[in-house]
Amino acid sequence: MKLSIKVLGAVAVLLLAAACSSTPGPEGATASVAPGTPGHFQQVAGDRVFFETDQSTLTPDGRATLDKQVAWLKQYGDRYQTFMIEGHADERGTREYNLALGERRANTVRTYLASQGISAAKLKTISYGKERPEVVGSDEGAWSRNRRAVTVLQ
Amino acid sequence: MMRTNTGRLVLALCAVLATVLVAPLSWAQTRGLLQVTVEGASANPIPIAITDFVGDPIGGQISQVIAADLERSGLFRPIDKGAFIERITDPGRSPRFQDWRAINADALVVGSATQQADGRVRVEFRLWDVAAGAQMTGRAYFTQSANWRRIAHIIADEIFKRVTGEDGFFDTRVVYVAESGPGNARVKRLAIMDQDGANHRFLTDGRSLALTPRFSPTLQEVVYMSYAQGAPRVYLLNVDTQRQELLGNFPNMTFAPRFSPDGNRVVMSLASDGNSDIYAMDVRSRSISRLTNHPAIDTSPSYSPDGGRIAFTSDRGGSQQIYVMGAGGGDGQRISFGNGRYSTPVWSPRGDYIAFTKQEGGSFSIGIMRPDGSGERILASSYLDEGPTWAPNGRYLMFFRQAPNAGGRAGAVRLYMVDITGRNLRPVPTPTDASDPAWSPLIPQ
Repeated sequence: MKLSIKVLGAVAVLLLAAACSSTPGPEGATASVAPGTPGHFQQVAGDRVFFETDQSTLTPDGRATLDKQVAWLKQYGDRYQTFMIEGHADERGTREYNLALGERRANTVRTYLASQGISAAKLKTISYGKERPEVVGSDEGAWSRNRRAVTVLQ
Repeated sequence: MMRTNTGRLVLALCAVLATVLVAPLSWAQTRGLLQVTVEGASANPIPIAITDFVGDPIGGQISQVIAADLERSGLFRPIDKGAFIERITDPGRSPRFQDWRAINADALVVGSATQQADGRVRVEFRLWDVAAGAQMTGRAYFTQSANWRRIAHIIADEIFKRVTGEDGFFDTRVVYVAESGPGNARVKRLAIMDQDGANHRFLTDGRSLALTPRFSPTLQEVVYMSYAQGAPRVYLLNVDTQRQELLGNFPNMTFAPRFSPDGNRVVMSLASDGNSDIYAMDVRSRSISRLTNHPAIDTSPSYSPDGGRIAFTSDRGGSQQIYVMGAGGGDGQRISFGNGRYSTPVWSPRGDYIAFTKQEGGSFSIGIMRPDGSGERILASSYLDEGPTWAPNGRYLMFFRQAPNAGGRAGAVRLYMVDITGRNLRPVPTPTDASDPAWSPLIPQ
């Protein structure tokens, strides 16, 4: 229990750091975030790709995003130990099927990144099924943003 | 009291002495006079008069629990006590049947609760067939006062069985996932309660997601999926000691667990390189055998009650459908052929039906079909109905219903109960939002 609290604490600090690094400057302009940070990764490459309903194949947009992720990871990836790919589904499926679907989506991204030369040893996957939607809504607009795989730098 | 654990309950109930009370008429003579079945249930439930048990004050509470149980089944309509004409003072004597016929009672329940010198309580009841003027059954139980609710459920089961010919389902518990918090950061913790919502307590602290609990046939254990150590894995949880144990040591996600009917194995999905296949694990030796080997998603396995077959979900045909294979594995045969997508097959403990979740158009439904796929019957439908679990008598189901999210807020998630005719649909009250119910077997007496 104590260990997990420490881990949570550490995660919180990391999240805080990530939040700070991506916060625009006081001028309010689109202040560029520090190169090599998770915020920079999100800004320059985009940390997520989206999928069609009940699909786990990459869309052209998804492939373009992953190509940018590859370029970024080749430049800055040494700073991170793990590239955790989180697979998610929308709520229009059963809990168990969606866990499997999220895993399949995460693995699609993992396979693509590895095929482009990203170290497979650093690529890990986790599925959240429909448990962690990005957008809480019950229409296609929400579902389409929840059918995603997010690359998280750790 | 809240910590009353099953181990102690079971011990206590071993000491329960059930005596069949001698009836004025042999029940064999009256058998069949008052009969109703779940399948044949009409819109007219049996009017039943349930009098307050005389003696100890818990007698009135026992009557209330019995009445609520029987009412919930949809097969009985307890008559308002205000209408009663005869006041029962000695439940050992024959009632004045004309008084009960006058208020249109078809059945009458009388009883008593008496404190014993040794601290136990003696609870006795009799069920009368009012039209025939004959006793249908009668029993007496000795137990600790603290167990009075269980005695009430056991009596309700006895009445249900005597009138319907089916085993009851009132002396059971439900494990489910208690939900709270915002929709994008939902807190999900396991909770357990009696079938009627009493004796509620939480089993996990909510620090990590807990999903899809399922009861062991031995009742003390639940198998479920948790993110407890960060990674999604299947765990065993002892509901009495709350000791939790990782089931197996796998490099990837394990999920969708379910016990075999004898409790010796857990069948579940294991993901590898993004693909989910079905495996069975021997709980004692932890040896594992692979049952499916297919590039499609294979998940949600459920054993037939004889342990010989397994129903599961697969999208190998292009969309999610239900397949049945031998318990040793194999390709299996598709059994769902209606419109839409079918998933989460759950084999009835009686073996005659497989319950499922069906997606068609914009809605999710709970339905049942025969194990060969015939006789599909939809029991409930909404924006999202999911996750059926069977009562031990195979005549009632629980599932969860999620309302659409609105305005960035998560829609309400509630447990529901329905019978296999689909006519008796009703919410199951829980303290918080609730999903993933798992109905226990009958608690051993």
